[in-house]
Amino acid sequence: MAIRTEPFYLNIGPQHPSTHGVFRLRVTLDGEVVVGLEPIIGYLHRGIEKLVETRTYTQNIPFTDRLDYLSSMTNNLAYCMAVEKVGSIKVPERAEYLRIIFSEIMRISSHMMAVGFFLNDLGAMMTPVLYMWREREKIMDMFEMVCGQRLLYNYMRIGGVSQDLPEAFMPAVKKFLAEMPRYIDEYDQLLAQNEILLARSKGVGILPRDTAIAIGASGPVLRASGVKWDIRKMDPYSIYDRFDFEVPTGDSGDCYDRYWVRMLEIRQSVRILEQAIAQIPQKGPVCADMPQFFRPPKGEAYGYVEAPKGNIGFYVVSDGSIAPYRVHIYPPTLINITALQDMVMGWKVADLIIIFGSIDVVLGEIDR
Amino acid sequence: MTLLDQFQLLLKAANWPDWAVYLTPAVVGILLIIVFILTVVIVFIWWERRLLGRFQIRTGPNRCGPEGIFQPIATAIKILLKEDIVPEKADKLLHFIAPVIVFVPILLIFAVIPISEGAILVDLNVGIIFVIAISSISVIGIFMASWASNNKYSLIAGMRAIAQMVSYELPVVLSLVGVALVAGSFSMIKIVESQTIPYILLQPLGFMIFFLGCLAEMNRCPFDLLEADSEIVAGYHIEYSGMKFAMFYLGEYGIALAYAGVIATLFLGGWQGPLLPPLIWFLIKVFMIFSVIIWMRATLPRLRVDQLMSFAWKFLLPMAVINMLIIAIEVLVGTMQWLMIILNFGFAALLILLWSRLFTLGGGRVEA
Amino acid sequence: MTVAINCEETGKKLQETIAGSVISAGKADILVDANKLLQVAGYLKNTAGLDFDYLTFVTAVDFLDYMEIVYRLVSLKNNQSLILKTRCFNRENPVVPSVVPVWRAAYYQEREIFDLFGIKFDGHPDLRRLLLWEGFVGHPLRRDYL
Repeated sequence: MAIRTEPFYLNIGPQHPSTHGVFRLRVTLDGEVVVGLEPIIGYLHRGIEKLVETRTYTQNIPFTDRLDYLSSMTNNLAYCMAVEKVGSIKVPERAEYLRIIFSEIMRISSHMMAVGFFLNDLGAMMTPVLYMWREREKIMDMFEMVCGQRLLYNYMRIGGVSQDLPEAFMPAVKKFLAEMPRYIDEYDQLLAQNEILLARSKGVGILPRDTAIAIGASGPVLRASGVKWDIRKMDPYSIYDRFDFEVPTGDSGDCYDRYWVRMLEIRQSVRILEQAIAQIPQKGPVCADMPQFFRPPKGEAYGYVEAPKGNIGFYVVSDGSIAPYRVHIYPPTLINITALQDMVMGWKVADLIIIFGSIDVVLGEIDR
Repeated sequence: MTLLDQFQLLLKAANWPDWAVYLTPAVVGILLIIVFILTVVIVFIWWERRLLGRFQIRTGPNRCGPEGIFQPIATAIKILLKEDIVPEKADKLLHFIAPVIVFVPILLIFAVIPISEGAILVDLNVGIIFVIAISSISVIGIFMASWASNNKYSLIAGMRAIAQMVSYELPVVLSLVGVALVAGSFSMIKIVESQTIPYILLQPLGFMIFFLGCLAEMNRCPFDLLEADSEIVAGYHIEYSGMKFAMFYLGEYGIALAYAGVIATLFLGGWQGPLLPPLIWFLIKVFMIFSVIIWMRATLPRLRVDQLMSFAWKFLLPMAVINMLIIAIEVLVGTMQWLMIILNFGFAALLILLWSRLFTLGGGRVEA
Repeated sequence: MTVAINCEETGKKLQETIAGSVISAGKADILVDANKLLQVAGYLKNTAGLDFDYLTFVTAVDFLDYMEIVYRLVSLKNNQSLILKTRCFNRENPVVPSVVPVWRAAYYQEREIFDLFGIKFDGHPDLRRLLLWEGFVGHPLRRDYL
């Protein structure tokens, strides 16, 4: 028999340690059980879609860094790909490889943050996060080496990348790749079979396959629900068709699967990186010849990549001038939280936090 | 004959007036105990922060004094200088006295803990029962704090506190019956003296139940649901600042010290040990237990509230009853101690293995 | 490879099934009549061979004369994509049927378009502002908003 109580309204956020930014959830509770939920967003809305209409195509690249600030490179890439599609620009071979290398390193970094903070939401203090930061620090150093920035890289350019690799980069990335599998094993050893982690996340917050497709979920959230859909494989953009890798999927779509799919994806990223490092042409231009003010012909294009958090896309409409007529940013995490209501209903507050954490949101992207 | 009794006799021999003979040793003893608690608590805070730093591959505080030993003092000064903020709609009186009600019982526990040979404030013949009775008063203070703060997060923490404390009190008490049976006394001194072999070897199951129960009673990971940073922010002391917060903070470490002392006394042989002086042995044991607690805090995620409850009622409580029965039969039959060690380790392993089969992963959703 | 479906052919098929639904079918996209949008959406989702069960994005573009709403559909089964467009000409009170009953993915995106473009989605379960606060005046992503 369930004891009924008066509904109890709780405001989680916008200032709350586990909302990963300025997200607000208005939750109706029955005791500790969630019976109603309404996400309220917009606290970080900066109007990027409006701002980009008054700047040139190249000037807009830094804005894309500030969307999902944990995976700036893939945002850069998606935007540049969209503009390149409008302008029919051919990217040099070496630049393509550099782009892939940096998006995959970015994926490792972003997934580590996601997994670390998911464990943090579970209450594991800061330990998993700090272990993951140990490797993320090396990734940051590599990014700093190549573009002087540690968070908002602004590295990709329309038609290529901004600069070639420094000499120290290749040894650093090779060393990193050699160490990485051992570190992933270490994380698995620490986390994967932890009884409490299993008890807390197995079977919790299930997103059924049908719902995942209906809400248009993408990225690890979709794959954890058992849909084998990775744009890198299904619609290989750039040069992803040259690499051999697998698309890990979960079977039940619970929080544990979402965590586990991310861990497996890190391993696949390492695999892709190893191949890319071996194949990359040693010399060559890293950016196509571009005029100072780039005027693509009238038209429109949708450039999309498999970002760490899902399928990020840019729909660019050009009217032939130096500034885009309209840029729509398709934010994967906003779409992924559509099913939050279904997933948390009937679970407790503690589960709400980890279900939300397992989706891996970044508010810069949701609010734009 | 405790040291204070001897002191009393000394004063009597020196022809002090009667009231002074009773009062002086009591005051001196209380002051000594408080100084002892505060000193050890300050070292505890430093120890926890440094050790946690080691677990989390970082250094921890190391600027203030040698190896950062004065950091807790700096923190204490900072906390004391902070403004005391009381929410406008708080119940001012309850808000004011709640920290006191949490803190005072913790001090009272130390009255019956022998920190060295004969160094005990009062050698009650019901020592264990006194500890159990006094320590459960704190929960009233916690509930008062959570209610008086007029904050929804702290209200949730208060509800959790009551449920958690009441549930874990039972297995804790029952697991201590085994100790009392073997020792044949409730008095702390007698229990220590009867431990030629530490009781952790004689009744490993009882130790485990008591240790886990204590973790829950002192709100330590993985049972730190009252403070659950990632869910309910800081739980019951979310609206406290300044000196009142310092009381909770001290209380948190004070109770850790108290329970570490109780565990050391009841299961690890108290002050007994070869070569080193008794006080040092006691402190070594206390710090060992506290280090294990920190280790668990750095490693384990948090349980959910219903899992916490089922762990207490479905696992710890039956285990404690069975443990009590086994010990009682063994004492009745008059089993040799070496046989008891073998038998009880076998029983503990068997029971934990069999009983844990009853628990399944997943589940916990409440149909709305 | 996600193949962009042959829009001219699909447009013809659509026109045959739902009369008057297709305004034009270009190389890359199909422009449909806003009044028939919901029927078209249902057809595209449920017809074998099309199976557009996965809506990637919905967005609007303000061309001053009219506002264009763009849907990109993907079929996970057949690995093909389609860009569907519809237009609304009324700037004062633009109304387009909501596709939330067909694809739930549009839920937040339609709210966002309502917020930033002021296009009302008829049949949306909970049409409120998403990013901006209640009581904000105007729709910032329109080209005439300064």
